[in-house]
Amino acid sequence: MPAHSHPATSPDPVATVGRAITAHAHEPGGLLPLLHAIQDELGWLPPEALPRVADVMNLSRAEVHGVVSFYHDFRLKPPGRRVVRICRAESCQAMGSDALVEHARQRLGMEMHSTRPDGGFTLEPVYCLGNCALSPSMTVDGTLHGRVDPARFDEVIDEMSPLPEASRTLACTAEAEKPL
Amino acid sequence: MSPTVYVPADAAARSMGADGVARAIQTGAAQQDIDVRVVRNGSRGLAWLEPLVEVVTPGGRVAYGPVRASDVPGLYTADFLNGGSHPLFLGPTEALPWLARQDRLVFARVGVIDPLSHAEWRENGGGRGLDAALEMTPEAIVETVTGSGLRGRGGAGFPTGIKWKTVLATPAAQKYIVCNADEGDSGTFSDRMLMEGDPYTLFEGMIIAGLGVGATKGYIYLRSEYPDCERVLLAALTGARTAGLLGASVRGSGRAFDIVLRRGAGSYVCGEETALLESLEGKRGEVRYRPPMPAQVGLFGMPTALNNVVTLGSVPAILAEGPEAYRARGVGRSRGTLPFQLAGNIKHGGLVEVPFGVSLASLVYDYGGGTATGRPVRAVQVGGPLGAFLPASALDIPLDYEAFVEKGAIVGHGGVVVFDDSVDLAKMARYAMEFCAIESCGKCTPCRIGSTRGVEVIDRIRQGERRPQNVALLRDLCETMTSASLCALGGMTAWPVLSALEHFPEDFGLRPGAGSDAGALAGGS
Ligand SMILES: Cc1cc2nc3c(=O)[nH]c(=O)nc-3n(C[C@H](O)[C@H](O)[C@H](O)COP(=O)(O)O)c2cc1C
Ligand code: SF4
Ligand code: FES
Repeated sequence: MPAHSHPATSPDPVATVGRAITAHAHEPGGLLPLLHAIQDELGWLPPEALPRVADVMNLSRAEVHGVVSFYHDFRLKPPGRRVVRICRAESCQAMGSDALVEHARQRLGMEMHSTRPDGGFTLEPVYCLGNCALSPSMTVDGTLHGRVDPARFDEVIDEMSPLPEASRTLACTAEAEKPL
Repeated sequence: MSPTVYVPADAAARSMGADGVARAIQTGAAQQDIDVRVVRNGSRGLAWLEPLVEVVTPGGRVAYGPVRASDVPGLYTADFLNGGSHPLFLGPTEALPWLARQDRLVFARVGVIDPLSHAEWRENGGGRGLDAALEMTPEAIVETVTGSGLRGRGGAGFPTGIKWKTVLATPAAQKYIVCNADEGDSGTFSDRMLMEGDPYTLFEGMIIAGLGVGATKGYIYLRSEYPDCERVLLAALTGARTAGLLGASVRGSGRAFDIVLRRGAGSYVCGEETALLESLEGKRGEVRYRPPMPAQVGLFGMPTALNNVVTLGSVPAILAEGPEAYRARGVGRSRGTLPFQLAGNIKHGGLVEVPFGVSLASLVYDYGGGTATGRPVRAVQVGGPLGAFLPASALDIPLDYEAFVEKGAIVGHGGVVVFDDSVDLAKMARYAMEFCAIESCGKCTPCRIGSTRGVEVIDRIRQGERRPQNVALLRDLCETMTSASLCALGGMTAWPVLSALEHFPEDFGLRPGAGSDAGALAGGS
């Protein structure tokens, strides 16, 4: 499962971390797979989980933090219920990704690199999705879309089915999803 | 026999609605009460026609595209299952000029077979390289690869056979094959297409590498931006173990080889080989000082043959056909074929596998059909974010490692990104610096700090602030980054920046022709 898609139900973080440790702690160089396994289930890495990870991996907390902070993928804050990533690399720029980003900011009412206060969306850049012959590209909850002009962006956002209730616990506030 | 329809499951095809098309075809079949076999193949690489649906007819496979789910009822009405005529009908797939003119060695089966069917892979020539390798000594395998002239497709172009020879000659209890599937360069997707469309061929290349250097374990380091690819690879690894391709005794030979799939975490620099090894070891992806070379001291301190996906994917054909057949293709010291990727503002984007020596103009115009917007081509960037920007007037250059270096450019991983005349090259130069700042591993100051300074200096130039001084400063900065960086991220960011300045000075507010001479400036204060 992609690192940025949400689980349908909200798992118990302690159990998740336990499972990830069982699966990866003994693997040579297993720290990244372990962190991915946690984030795949929870959508982010709860900071309270990291000391436990450090202990079982025989690393200092600073070392684990150093790894987590090095990689763009790992999140130390919960993302919004929907994660929109717009490609900003050269090929997509050549096909108008700047305009797409501008449109997304307007449409979603938020800035890049942020999660909307109602927890509805996280909007962030990504640098190449390997779909450069069909630029501009974006992903929504890990699903790839090509040739995304502003109209297509709106279609994708409009067509999205409402999220199951359970995953809303990931939101920063308990506020219900507002019409956009 | 029930009719067979191919609908690609490649990520690019899916990004244009291929799953909906496959469902609509199944639904249509159910409504008409016919049995249709829908195969989810890889992509043929004609991205602008995706989803490209193919139907098997007595005369061979015929294509329709680009198909939307809403087109499917009309296709049934047109009797597409028998190759009926329809506005989306394209004719026999292999006769499409885009495909007919290619020389597909590495991509021979991509888009043709069901990527997960081991039987189809074998029927279509898959595994013949391994058949040959299993009969050979390690030295003979390495010699064959050296003799083919194959050079690394990940960017640096280092001769693969020579790297393998070092690993073979370094005794160790455990050696590793590491496949670099980080494919971070913008404008590139050949690794992804090969892995999604013909994963067993990559495994075959890794096994042959293992037999050649004496390694029993392989890792694939796959970028996290490729979740579709990850699913395909996981399924294919299971398939390969079931088929006896991987495991304790590869095809009953008594020789072991298995592969572990690892996911990156969104770091461009982790495509650099030593940063990749650090990452595989569970650490921050910081570049290592060299020597020692990874071939001697690599993963977990052991000798490691680290190669790009397409490099490893080229090996089976070399073993199957012999090194001479491979070597016969290409020009100069660039032998064999390269799967070029046409991207950016291009009418016909996608994958073109041809021998080295094809001109960039031919790729952009003959295959690519010019820009998607219909406006004139202004600039082309080859080789990813560290590649130079070439002006439209300079595209008559052969795709050849050495010819590119002569022009201050790189072939890299073969990505070709086209820009029309609306591009602002000063902005692209700024982006090159910004990207370096975002992705720097932080180990050396010129890269970490210099790139951030570079963004500021370009901003000042663009605002017309003290242009002569700031252009001079930018050049100095580029020189420092080039000479004092540990790896090519800091070391080559100057290439796109300075090529933009040289070929497109007017975008920086300089007089045309003034980009290579900081003294001859127009305006500025
Ligand atoms: C910043 C940076 C990023 C790189 N990214 C990749 C990559 O994504 N894929 C790749 O195969 N090689 C990449 N390389 C090149 C690798 O360091 C290495 O040369 C290559 O993987 C070796 O395999 P090859 O000889 O088969 O090309 C990168 C190099 C640098 C400096
Ligand atoms: S040049 Fe940049 S990315 Fe490369 S080692 Fe130095 S700091 Fe790291
Ligand atoms: S540059 Fe956007 S998908 Fe590659």
